[in-house]
Amino acid sequence: MAEVQSSLASPRDDLRKPRGGYLYYRHKLPVRILHWINVIALTILLMSGLNIFNAHPSLYWGKSSYNGRPPIVELRGDEDADGETAGVTKIFGHAFDTTGFLGASSNSQGEMVARGFPSWLTIPDNQWLTMARRWHFFFAWILVINGLCYIGYAIASRHLSRDLAPRQAELRTIGQSIVDHLKFKHPTGEAAKHYNVLQKLTYLLVIFVLLPLMILAGLGLSPGMNSLIPGWVDVFGGRQSARTIHFVIAWLIVAFVLVHVFEVIVSGLWNNLRSMISGRYRVPTKENHEPLQ
Amino acid sequence: MSHSNKLTRRQILVRAIGGAGAALLAGCNRLSQTEWAPKILGAGESASLAAQRLILPRQSMAEEFAESDLSPEFRSNGTAMPNNAKYAALANGGFSEYHLQVNGLVEQPANLSLAEVRALPSRTQITRHDCVEGWSAIGKWKGARLGAVLEMVRPKPEARYVVFHCADPMESDGSSPYYESIDLEDAFHPQTILAYELNDKTLPIANGAPLRVRIERQLGYKMAKYILRIELVESYEKIAGGKGGYWEDQGYEWYAGI
Repeated sequence: MAEVQSSLASPRDDLRKPRGGYLYYRHKLPVRILHWINVIALTILLMSGLNIFNAHPSLYWGKSSYNGRPPIVELRGDEDADGETAGVTKIFGHAFDTTGFLGASSNSQGEMVARGFPSWLTIPDNQWLTMARRWHFFFAWILVINGLCYIGYAIASRHLSRDLAPRQAELRTIGQSIVDHLKFKHPTGEAAKHYNVLQKLTYLLVIFVLLPLMILAGLGLSPGMNSLIPGWVDVFGGRQSARTIHFVIAWLIVAFVLVHVFEVIVSGLWNNLRSMISGRYRVPTKENHEPLQ
Repeated sequence: MSHSNKLTRRQILVRAIGGAGAALLAGCNRLSQTEWAPKILGAGESASLAAQRLILPRQSMAEEFAESDLSPEFRSNGTAMPNNAKYAALANGGFSEYHLQVNGLVEQPANLSLAEVRALPSRTQITRHDCVEGWSAIGKWKGARLGAVLEMVRPKPEARYVVFHCADPMESDGSSPYYESIDLEDAFHPQTILAYELNDKTLPIANGAPLRVRIERQLGYKMAKYILRIELVESYEKIAGGKGGYWEDQGYEWYAGI
């Protein structure tokens, strides 16, 4: 299916500017569907996860929370000298005033209340642990099933070996690829049909390291799963360390998504978006490359 | 189609995605308020229960820890002193008048003094207490094996659940006593004990004196404190809100192994 679907741009494209290039069927249907399910699942998992975090907005390192050491991260709502609620973020003992965002933010009545993450970042928007857990565990299953479908598909269709696995020669071009990314220099012609080497490595890291670690650390929080092989959660340094790792990886995935969306925008928002919806990507030629289209 | 139309189409798409995102989040809040959506979402936890039952051995053991892992002070959460005159009187007398009732669907109902409970086969374990809120504390518990209590009273064949009725009212007017329930599989688990000691001392009131149950493969809210009566039932549907526990009646899951 990886053949050219339409070899020439339609004439009306030339009315404004010559854009050149041709449409190429870049993303197959299963990848597109699994991608958008992932977008929804990860969004809901992040936001319901932050609501769950708000039930006890502190992070620890070790087997328990009460081990004689203070939390490594703490979002507190403290009363200041005027009796107003102030948000304080404490990281490794350093305190920062984060009123309005972390530690204390406005509720639906506009009052400043103690709250880890603000309501616009959580599902549901109000502090509601039971409901947040329902959303979280439902979409955790969606993420896992979706991920397994993706890996199964990627292996069976050879998407993994053909499109994602970097070739030896490619690995030697990492330095150049970093420079290209920093210069916003985007591939044209044949190269634009394939993931570049940094893209491949990043996707592999997210798919095979971050997401599995995230799921494992999440399972490590389950007292039932802890009894599967007693002590296995100590590979993370204990249950509270697993909780911290689960939280940190969630934000690493957010960081990945931010970079991913940034690259999508600077390398052609519409073109990329279309290729993840209909599959068709306009392969830019050297002469007509318009990075911000 | 004119060029300007095409631009509009792009804008529409970008806005549609933005709008879909906003609608998704607003939708999540709306759906949370409905009767049906949380039930569908509950399928996630049902699936987790099924999966855990499938892969966890019946008698899988919770992790046990070393003395060096003990939390300096075991956190008291929820009730620290039951608002209950009868309980206060028992506590004032050092629980010498306390009796644990064991009844319901059993062949031989029992009424045990603390001394009798302490005389039952016991187990000492250093385990981690995981609160649904996210924190954990490690404590050393000693208590009578619930399995030994049950063997004594002999559950009838139709008995399926063990219900713990507690002394602590959850409403300020003294109503809605805390209660919890577990199935027989957890009840007979070797680590399920009626704890009367914490960290080598008599269990403090703040942590559930005179008896609190330890169910080490589930979250803290299952581990009822201030137990007055243990009842064996076929179904917990007729008790209080009918969901099998005080927090379950507020929407928390009956199976708290997740």
